[in-house]
Amino acid sequence: MANSPSAYVVVQNLRIDIHTSSGLLHAVSNVSFQLTAGEVLCIVGESGSGKSMTALGLMGLLPAAASRSAELLSVDGRDLLTMSPEEKSDFLGNRMAMIFQEPMTSLNPCFTIGTQMEETIRRHRNVSARDAKLHAASWLEKVGIPSSAGRLEQYPHQLSGGLRQRVMIAMMLMCEPKLLIADEPTTALDVTVQAQILQLLSALQKELGLTMIFITHDLGVVSRIADRVAVMYAGEFVEYGTTRQVLKNPQHPYTQGLLKCLPVPGRTRRGAHLGTIPGSGPSLIGNLSGCCFANRCEYAAPVCLEGKLPLFVREDEHGVRCRFRPEELAPLQTVDAVPQ
Amino acid sequence: MLKFLLQRLALAVAVAICVSILTFGLLGATIDPAIAIAGEDASAEKIQALREAFGYDKPLYIQYANWFGSALQGNLGTSPYFGLDVSKLIADRLPVTMKLGALAISFAIGLGVPLGVIAAIYPNTWIDRVALSVAVLGQAIPNFWFSLLLIIVLAVQLELLPVSGASTASSYVMPMIVLGTNAVPAIMRLTRTGMLDTLQADFIRTAWAKGLRPRQVFFKHALRNALIPVVAVTTIQAAHMLGGSIVVESVFALHGLGMLAYESILRSDIPTMQAVILIFSGFFIVFSALSDIINAYLDPRIRVA
Repeated sequence: MANSPSAYVVVQNLRIDIHTSSGLLHAVSNVSFQLTAGEVLCIVGESGSGKSMTALGLMGLLPAAASRSAELLSVDGRDLLTMSPEEKSDFLGNRMAMIFQEPMTSLNPCFTIGTQMEETIRRHRNVSARDAKLHAASWLEKVGIPSSAGRLEQYPHQLSGGLRQRVMIAMMLMCEPKLLIADEPTTALDVTVQAQILQLLSALQKELGLTMIFITHDLGVVSRIADRVAVMYAGEFVEYGTTRQVLKNPQHPYTQGLLKCLPVPGRTRRGAHLGTIPGSGPSLIGNLSGCCFANRCEYAAPVCLEGKLPLFVREDEHGVRCRFRPEELAPLQTVDAVPQ
Repeated sequence: MLKFLLQRLALAVAVAICVSILTFGLLGATIDPAIAIAGEDASAEKIQALREAFGYDKPLYIQYANWFGSALQGNLGTSPYFGLDVSKLIADRLPVTMKLGALAISFAIGLGVPLGVIAAIYPNTWIDRVALSVAVLGQAIPNFWFSLLLIIVLAVQLELLPVSGASTASSYVMPMIVLGTNAVPAIMRLTRTGMLDTLQADFIRTAWAKGLRPRQVFFKHALRNALIPVVAVTTIQAAHMLGGSIVVESVFALHGLGMLAYESILRSDIPTMQAVILIFSGFFIVFSALSDIINAYLDPRIRVA
């Protein structure tokens, strides 16, 4: 991928390793993408595929046992790799922010909502305590929490999960960052609340022109909000492209498998079995050779176990980490499956 | 919050009454105060006369009822040994013990909490090891030996501080260090563990993600949560210091409650013992209530429970 000057977020060969007692775990390898300002990238994948690690790696909030390396990691023209800790803390919450999967535990139980919001704006903007309070209240209104002034005095335990996630969104956006990373922000919520939060995030993204990296395992969400999609498996992007390319013309057997797992309104018959992908992801400890999906792939051929696969770039920057084109896959089914 | 406070108060009164009954029963069953007053070679008639004079011949429950009745009016009886009102004795001694206890617990908190925080911010480094060693040392050194060591070095050799007594403010320095050092290990270790746990919490990650400065993350967001278990232990340590300073008060010749307890036990001075024990247990009752109140202040989730 060439570096276009308009790129707002550039990630080149991001790699995250975690030191575990049983060896080095390659949580994320060879992740590259770039986004222009205002674009929404969805990263989809199953649990343990490295989605959250990618997000935390971008934010520089990895756990102590993890280490990050990349050829290039820049947001808004700023190099995240060479930032000093002070520059980083000036940047986070201010130019880029993140909301988390666990609204129940992501707010400090000992401080009121108001305290936690006001300290954010006062950290990055030179405002009086009074103005900070007004600002916080107006942001609570903005994320759909009415009677905001009273809410500011409340503690997190007095709010429901959905409200807490709204508070998180308000707190993280109140300094008007240009990049928002949302790590499964709706997963821990009730289904009805999920839809509301998603709608809110989508509306705010459009209103503020946010560049957004949205992590989810829900393909339905992807089709609603994403401009670009990355399908992540075993720490790698196995398919990357525009939403249309990936959802309408999936090239990787894993993406195809994921899409078969979904019911399609009007097309899936009542009582019909939905697709599943048997097996589970490979262990990421030690060096993997060959295609990381080979042990679960119905098309796997002996050649799939050899070498390290690059992201093959097909038409219009549609990247696929599979040596076969879709039309070449079908006949392969007759080849003996690779032993697991 | 008011209901919470009233509940705590009612419980405290109930505990105090139980303690007074227990001490009264135990002391009455084990000591014959008339012999102690009269001296060992006194005649049987004299002892019997003393018993009747002080009311020790009546059944224990009557004695208790009498004592309880006058205690309610603020009269804790007269000490046969000192020949003074017990309440007067206590009023004389209490300030010394309170000063010493307040200084010692401040010293312990002032040393233990920062050490614990630093150890948790740099876990498994030389800083952590040094803090841990200080903790182990503080726990292992016996009070009387540490006191003598300080006296030899600070008072005798360097002549920086007075050897004993309570005449000047500097007299309290060594007793404060000895008594405080005892509580440092528990406070430091708990602070460290609490901080290590809290620093793993999701809301700490949120604080970093907001771009807060390390100072704000560690001392505002993490420490507040980490201190909750520390408070419980610290308040109990404080009660211990107020009640258990017998050794330190004797070594440094501070005439506090600890010393009074020691003297009254030696002389089988029942009214004084009774009052001192009641006050010591009062310290525990007050401080455990204080612990609940501080924690309710620190953690809003406790307030509703």
